[in-house]
Amino acid sequence: MPKLFTGAEIVFKCLEDQDVEYIFGYPGGAVLPIYDELKNFQSIKHILVRHEQGAGHAAEGYARSSGKPGVVLVTSGPGATNAVTALTDAYMDSVPLVCISGQVPTHLIGTDAFQECDTTGITRPCTKHNWLVKDIKDLQKVIHKAFEVATTGRPGPVLVDIPKDIQFQKTKYTSFKKINKKLNGNSHNYFNQKDINQLIDLMKKSKRPIFYTGGGVINSGPKASELLRELVRATGFPITSTLQGLGCFPGDDDQFLGMLGMHGTYEANNAMHDCDLMINIGARFDDRITGKIDEFSPKSKKVHIDIDPSSINKNVKVDLPIVGDVKQVISSIIKNIKKTKPNFANSNKQNISKWWLQIDKWRQKKSLNYINSDTSIKPQYAVQRLYELTKGKDTYITTEVGQHQMWAAQHYKFDKPNRWMTSGGLGTMGYGLPAAVGVQVAHPNKLVIDIAGEASVLMTMQEMSTAVQYSLPIKIFILNNEYMGMVRQWQELLHDKNYSESYTAALPDFVKLAEAYGCVGIRAKTPDELDDKIIEMLNTDRPVIFDCLVDKQENCFPMIPSGKPHNQMILGPEDEKDNKITGKGKALV
Amino acid sequence: MPKSKSAYSVAGKKGKLDTHIIVVWVDNEAGVLARVVGLFSGRGYNIESLAVAEVDSKLNISRVTIVTTGSPEVIDQIKLQLKKLVPVHKVASFKREDKKVIFKEMALFKFVSNSKKMKLAVKACKKFNPVLLDETNKSCVVQVTALRREIDKMAVNFKKYGLKSISRTGAVAMTRGSDVL
Repeated sequence: MPKLFTGAEIVFKCLEDQDVEYIFGYPGGAVLPIYDELKNFQSIKHILVRHEQGAGHAAEGYARSSGKPGVVLVTSGPGATNAVTALTDAYMDSVPLVCISGQVPTHLIGTDAFQECDTTGITRPCTKHNWLVKDIKDLQKVIHKAFEVATTGRPGPVLVDIPKDIQFQKTKYTSFKKINKKLNGNSHNYFNQKDINQLIDLMKKSKRPIFYTGGGVINSGPKASELLRELVRATGFPITSTLQGLGCFPGDDDQFLGMLGMHGTYEANNAMHDCDLMINIGARFDDRITGKIDEFSPKSKKVHIDIDPSSINKNVKVDLPIVGDVKQVISSIIKNIKKTKPNFANSNKQNISKWWLQIDKWRQKKSLNYINSDTSIKPQYAVQRLYELTKGKDTYITTEVGQHQMWAAQHYKFDKPNRWMTSGGLGTMGYGLPAAVGVQVAHPNKLVIDIAGEASVLMTMQEMSTAVQYSLPIKIFILNNEYMGMVRQWQELLHDKNYSESYTAALPDFVKLAEAYGCVGIRAKTPDELDDKIIEMLNTDRPVIFDCLVDKQENCFPMIPSGKPHNQMILGPEDEKDNKITGKGKALV
Repeated sequence: MPKSKSAYSVAGKKGKLDTHIIVVWVDNEAGVLARVVGLFSGRGYNIESLAVAEVDSKLNISRVTIVTTGSPEVIDQIKLQLKKLVPVHKVASFKREDKKVIFKEMALFKFVSNSKKMKLAVKACKKFNPVLLDETNKSCVVQVTALRREIDKMAVNFKKYGLKSISRTGAVAMTRGSDVL
């Protein structure tokens, strides 16, 4: 007679077989049998959060910085509903998460039992797939399938809902061998040699090419970023990146035009508008990128490399779709270039030299410039100083959502993938702090900084308590302007300066708050003291809340006004002073 | 153009709308229909009619037939999104005008009137394979199979024969000839 295991034991057996080291969770009635087993599985460590949304974002931070799936454990009812924001966030940004939720016993399902909710119904639109396990014999199969679905193809969140009686029932467990260890297996490659030849042909003919790369490169693994660098160097083409793609190409490289999109650089957006060949690698033509679709890059041939067939032609019609894993597509392109045109970058230089001259003209606009001040800390300056003082340290950056997020994206230069964790698709305020917790769990000896806004960070501030409990020395770098900055900016530019409810009249004293949580609070008020204070933060081996008091009126520029194409950006105040964009530019907003 | 106050772009031109029939083979498991239908409502696609039943009890496969309208891009997107669902095995689609495909809907008509009118009613259904399912001296139930627009027409025209109640299915589809989807 084989040994029988309870459902709760099987959950952990499955997690063991999936090489799970950390789970982020919060106990409750319907998951107590699972929590009861925790002590018997030493290889799995549980991180107790303070709110289930925090568990989800922490698991996201863990997954995005490590490349491994994040695991979340929550109870039924409110436990599951609290996790919904994080699941949706992971779905939008393609982060592999496995969420295990408890459910009321099967015989009570549908009776409005205590802490019952239709978890699979609620999470259906925000997961790749979900399961309600109604038979103990299915449990093992379902959990392993859940990991497979979360990590293969375009990654994403999944949820397994386990009723309490199933957690108690017993059955056999057969140990599981991972068949396909690769995250993005061959089964997702639908391209052939003809597609690659066609792309190389387009590359040879192009006079104004550009690479437009996104989070898909990061999701394809570190090797994909290496190959991308090789490809960009082998072609000599300019490259721009989406918010999620930052880090797959060095941010301080000459061929890199900076981020594109609504708050992207002038050169990146104009190059996207005027190019004759756009090679999209692992990006999805999001509306923050394209602006007005009808006038999006009107003169270009568009190539789209993506692992998800439904991303092709969803927002923008493309001329050459290549469906496959980014890493394998790029490797195939490089092989073909080496074979047919080993010296392509040099021989093609002439072909695209005019294009680079044009790009240099756009670059001279220095669209990320701002007017610095001696008396108040400009938020851009704060991010620049933070970058300069941390760039040698292999730093991991998370952010919340808003102006500070865009300034971080513009002024912090990344040179490695998986170092930048930000909520792009869903735009979840409160993402950065718990995400930093997850990143620090995955990389205990690395520097992890959440570049935050004071409004966002208050949404999940309770997770500081988690950081203190597990001695996770995360640094919360708050650009404090007392406003929901991005809301304030839109109100200034579009709603006649009617700052409706975007000012927080009563904020906590963040330094005292830090002390209350048992961590360290530091405040910087003037540009003169900023460097010293940042260094003090970096030298602190404990969690820190850094309250950086910045200019309250600063706006995030450049920007593409709503409903406008890429070549109609408005630039910052310095440019306005030079009368390059006058009243007319404002009217475009 | 009035000045936009939105952080989102304004809507672009819309493509030409066509009616398509989408056939989906799915695992017959709890919640699978909600996944398919939820995808339509969640992404703002239309469902004109829907027919679903298990077609293979051994493999547990159900066949879902959905009539929808959309531009060619939207139809492509619907198909690609459907293919991403875990319990979906296969997706096929064709235009309603497609001559190679047969579409049928079934309707049950209940007439409550006199025998003369009821006879006329059954006669009027003649082209649509009428089957008299139930008959009393003042009522009858007739089953017809026809195209959607034909049933629409009958529903209006049969008022005069004492049509009191209609129950109808969504369209089901099958290719002509030896081709199998």
